[in-house]
Amino acid sequence: MNMPFYVAPEQVMKDRADYARKGIARGRSLVGFRFDNGVAICAENTSSTLRKVSEIYDRIAFAGVGKYNEFDQLRIAGVRHADMKGYSFSREDVDARSLANQYAQSLGQIFTHEMKPMEVEILVAEIGHAADGSGDQLFHILYDGTVIDEDMSVVLGGETEAIAERLGTFDQPPTLADGLRQAVAALAGPERNLAADALEVAVLERGDHRRTFRRLDDPEITELLA
Amino acid sequence: MVKLFQLQLEHYEKVEGMALSLEGKANQLSQMIRGNLPMAMQGMVVVPIFAGFDLTRGEGRLYEFDVTGGRYEEADHASTGSGSLHAGTVVKLGYRQGMDAGEVTDLAIEALFEAADEDSATGGPDPIRGIYPIVATITAEGYTRISDDDLAART
Repeated sequence: MNMPFYVAPEQVMKDRADYARKGIARGRSLVGFRFDNGVAICAENTSSTLRKVSEIYDRIAFAGVGKYNEFDQLRIAGVRHADMKGYSFSREDVDARSLANQYAQSLGQIFTHEMKPMEVEILVAEIGHAADGSGDQLFHILYDGTVIDEDMSVVLGGETEAIAERLGTFDQPPTLADGLRQAVAALAGPERNLAADALEVAVLERGDHRRTFRRLDDPEITELLA
Repeated sequence: MVKLFQLQLEHYEKVEGMALSLEGKANQLSQMIRGNLPMAMQGMVVVPIFAGFDLTRGEGRLYEFDVTGGRYEEADHASTGSGSLHAGTVVKLGYRQGMDAGEVTDLAIEALFEAADEDSATGGPDPIRGIYPIVATITAEGYTRISDDDLAART
């Protein structure tokens, strides 16, 4: 009979992390950034029906990279959590921070205790009420439950370093058009051109509507990139 | 129930990525009313009307309900409540095909005014106190509430 060999816990964790990272790197990347009137998320996505960027609540959006069915499952759980909390308490009690924490718990639990980690990386974005955007948040949650509170912009996916470098930093939130142009250029890289049909763009925009999430259709994306 | 219904519809839209059809929404409401039957039997009755613009068909549609959740689509007008017999009759007699938004608003206010006279549980326009009914149009563009000032001018 074969005795199981001893494997150091560090090795187990490292193997899991490598597995998750490989799964994530297989998919395409996305960029989230604050702009003057809210938060925008721009994903490289050729499908017009399978979404990477979605609405969670009045002022909260979700985006994911990696294994589609896994991050879609997280998305639905997020919508459910937000709607239940908003109904049980009040709509203004629903915030991205507590949602991000819940996600972190869930992903951390799965990373450590399940047979395989989730091959996903997710972004929970929120716009605040302040006109200067000081209440805007970008929460970046990794496959192992690590939460990073990002400042102006964030890149999720495979080649994050390269894309982040091309994206650069914004000192001030740009206009939507400027920010989008920069984000698309960063995603595409020097060799490619990404047009509206290969992109999925959505925004959380301050205004008088209760629900601030809005998808940008191809004609609008093309116009902004021009 | 309305609050839960609104939430239910919004939840569906967010999870599925697209909104329910108008008929789907009406059906969902039917089920909620049916679920409320035990409470209704104890005196807490909810019998709404449901009106919406069907984006697929490109027309407005109306539904009346009964306390068990039975759903009945109406062609031109619908009413509910203790004053609905009076209000509904006024609408029925004043209704013509092809009326515009202003004309139907006037008709609706008149219906409420007459019903308020006959039924103690119906409140009509009260210009002295500045209390007006909630009147809204539902079109392809969505739900638009008509302001109290506009209603005051019509009363």
